[in-house]
Amino acid sequence: MTASPTALPDFMALRPVIVGAGPAGVRAAEALVAAGLRPMVIDEAARWGGQIYRQPPDGFQRPKRALYGFEAGKADALHRAMGGILPAVDYRPRSLVWNIEAGALDVTCDGRSETVPFSHLILAPGATDRVLPFPGWTTPGVFTLGGSQVALKFQGCAVGSRVLFLGTGPLLYLVAYQYAKAGAEVAGVLDTARTADQMRAVAGMLRDPATFAKGLYYVGWLRAHGVPMHSGVRPVRVEGDGRVEALVWRRGDREERTVCDAVAFGLGLRPETQLADLAGCRFRFDAMDRAWVPERTAAGRTSITGVYVAGDGAGIAGADAAEMAGERAALALLEDIGHSFDAARAAHLEERLAASARFRRALTDAFPFPADWAASVPDDTLLCRCEEITAGILRQAARDGAAPEINRMKALTRVGMGRCQGRMCGAASAELLAQALGTGPDGVGRLRGQPPVKPLPFSAALTEEEVSS
Amino acid sequence: MPLLQRVAERSRRAVSFVLDGQPCEALEGDTVLTAVLTNGQRLRATEFSGQPRAGFCLMGACQDCWVRTEDGRRLRACSTFVEAGMRILTGAEAVP
Amino acid sequence: MIERLDTDVAVVGGGIVGGSAALFLTRMGFKVVLLERDWCGAKASGVNYGGVRRQGRPPEQLPLSQRSHAIWGQLPSLIGIDGEYVRSGHLKLARSEADLESLVAYNRKVAEFGLGLQVFAGAEFRARYPILGDRAVGGSLCPEDGHANPRIVSPAFARAAAKGGAVVREQTPVDYVERSGDRFVLRSGDALEVRARFLLNCSGAWSGRLAESFGESVPLTSAHPCMAVTEPIPRFLDVNIGVEGGGVYGRQVERGNVVIGGGRGFALDADRARPARNAVLTLMGEAVELFPELRHTHVIRTWTGVEGYTPDRNPIIGPSATTPGLFHAFGFSGAGFQIGPAVGEALAELVRDGRTSAPVDAFSITRFAKAEPALGVAASTGH
Repeated sequence: MTASPTALPDFMALRPVIVGAGPAGVRAAEALVAAGLRPMVIDEAARWGGQIYRQPPDGFQRPKRALYGFEAGKADALHRAMGGILPAVDYRPRSLVWNIEAGALDVTCDGRSETVPFSHLILAPGATDRVLPFPGWTTPGVFTLGGSQVALKFQGCAVGSRVLFLGTGPLLYLVAYQYAKAGAEVAGVLDTARTADQMRAVAGMLRDPATFAKGLYYVGWLRAHGVPMHSGVRPVRVEGDGRVEALVWRRGDREERTVCDAVAFGLGLRPETQLADLAGCRFRFDAMDRAWVPERTAAGRTSITGVYVAGDGAGIAGADAAEMAGERAALALLEDIGHSFDAARAAHLEERLAASARFRRALTDAFPFPADWAASVPDDTLLCRCEEITAGILRQAARDGAAPEINRMKALTRVGMGRCQGRMCGAASAELLAQALGTGPDGVGRLRGQPPVKPLPFSAALTEEEVSS
Repeated sequence: MPLLQRVAERSRRAVSFVLDGQPCEALEGDTVLTAVLTNGQRLRATEFSGQPRAGFCLMGACQDCWVRTEDGRRLRACSTFVEAGMRILTGAEAVP
Repeated sequence: MIERLDTDVAVVGGGIVGGSAALFLTRMGFKVVLLERDWCGAKASGVNYGGVRRQGRPPEQLPLSQRSHAIWGQLPSLIGIDGEYVRSGHLKLARSEADLESLVAYNRKVAEFGLGLQVFAGAEFRARYPILGDRAVGGSLCPEDGHANPRIVSPAFARAAAKGGAVVREQTPVDYVERSGDRFVLRSGDALEVRARFLLNCSGAWSGRLAESFGESVPLTSAHPCMAVTEPIPRFLDVNIGVEGGGVYGRQVERGNVVIGGGRGFALDADRARPARNAVLTLMGEAVELFPELRHTHVIRTWTGVEGYTPDRNPIIGPSATTPGLFHAFGFSGAGFQIGPAVGEALAELVRDGRTSAPVDAFSITRFAKAEPALGVAASTGH
């Protein structure tokens, strides 16, 4: 199975590039290396593993069991896989792809920029927490669920001495459990989902009994250790001057107040799609993710020949699915260059991915997006953290009829114009505009992307001589 | 009281740095975010309202953790490791 | 069921030119229908650098430009917002002795127009502008030129026109236009038909198509200015900066972001473009040479747009050469923002009086009549 890629003419050198070294990127690299290719793997982090299997820095001592719990085996296997193929790949850590143009990537590392041509591109940039604003959410001490997990896993820190967990999704219970196990005080777990949602979804979740069992285990463990747990919750406001002191929340008509010095918050995940956008991929609105994602075939091909997507960056599906999707995309690449590939394996991966999608549907039913949020967020709540734009400003623009779609809203109100380029406020601004216009979140358009996908230092534009002078 | 609380990995080499003019200690392998927030409770003040911020996502997405050094450099605190002698400014009043 | 509108003036294009024409006509008492195929003020009018300057324009543009300067001074009363317009001054830098000589020569050439230009060089220049890098040896200041936010100013003209009674239709492309008797007939799909006595062609980089339907060939090409903006940083720059010879310009807005422009983008298709990587990196390199303050900061966003260019970089303004009642205003070649409102007023005067108070003869469409056949319909993939 090591035939050279004879399908390509000589002048078009094979240069496969993978963006992302999480579960999807690593398994994609592994499959390409097994076929005799030498991919470049570009990783924004200092070491491979992505977010879920993020490796702590050198000198940290906790064993993988402590870092990854039940997933320690998978984490270890992934780390070893990349370690094993390292000599056969061109691994670029601490490197950010900020632009894609004319068959090449612009990559910045240590403040310098380099243009990297590619013949084939597998985008596996992953996802980040999805958030919706509530009063006081910018107060120091409010962090995302994923961020709170990074603090613990990657730095051995809790984000507070008494942490309240808020939001919905499996990550809510997992991180609360990890904190409690690590000896941090967990002030409570507040789920925006209702018990009824979760009960309804049980049948669907039984499709993946192992994962479901783990979820039940975390919930049971937390309960058994006396952690207050509530469902059907909506946050009212963070209290505290300069840092979190308490969270006021409500359940139905009852308002409650929990003293805490940190809030770990998240409502599931949102895919990172900026690079797929710059690559020219067609997008579609995914109702389950409630987000625009690049169109992809079951194999991971996009609308652009030679560009593939895999992992949570293509649509939220979890780490196991990401590993499968990464491998499947690599097999598609091999097929497309005329290389031999294991078609039976490809079919098997697609079957398992389809099954995993059914489980994800059940998870979405169990932990639904709080669609009532847009109508209830107060006017004076900051919606865009970077530019400090309030919900009221967006509502006013929508009422004026001046902003019938999201790019127009951005141009007129500045929402999404700041450093994060809409990552934190994109979902919220779409929901609020949709609610004001009486349409669904798919009816307000899609934020247009431009380079750089993250802030680009001016040093990147300097030549070697200019840097040293 | 500092925002972040160490719950593990405490036996690492100390790293001395300066925070808002005051000498502080972090541990080797800390990000700038960890170094600052185990000593204080903010990373920066917003440009428009001056409200304090202390990061949010810890994974390089929210861009709410950019800090300045005394020599004018800007660092993304969650993805930059602290180095000995760094002189970080958060805009907070120095705590005596 | 097709909607039919009968009106005095049909305006095609809702940028700053079409929008201001609609506004002035409405204030004069005319019935106006403005058709914009996307969102008003979202194309070149909305994505340009935001410089509001007279300095640097050729003398033939200055009467209109001066007229526009007076209109800008009344902006809030016209469009209801201040548009972040400031008379910061426009400083055009000389990066060599030759540049300085060009600035002095321009100064002399436009002396009669009263722009109040002042040239600085040497020690006096460095004392006035210590924040600029070593590359500049001097500059010419127009104290009352300035800058504004095109994203909010340009749409506001069409909005004000609508408030004043004009019918403004966005997402309404004009697919078909012809002269029928003493009327112009325009159609948008099967939904809308507009009949008008007068027709204003203000469709920016796409104006060639409409001109062609009336037998007028225009050598209009598309270009895409490369723009970038930094994160907000402490205020260090009060004046709007350009350079002799062009190529880079920069201004700092009140919120602290520095907007820089220079170089070119590339077209993705007939309607969309993107900043080119080399242009972005070159622009950043030039900007940090001019403004050393930027060396530790970041560009957070780039953008571009589609601008219509003529071979002599002067716009086409004035009556059609073939069809009475049709007036053109396009081809501003990247310099339409400041002058746009006065062009709108001039178009309104043409409709009402058949002539303008500021001269526009230099911009006649007929000057290209003997030129090569059109290089192609506007908005082709210009580079």
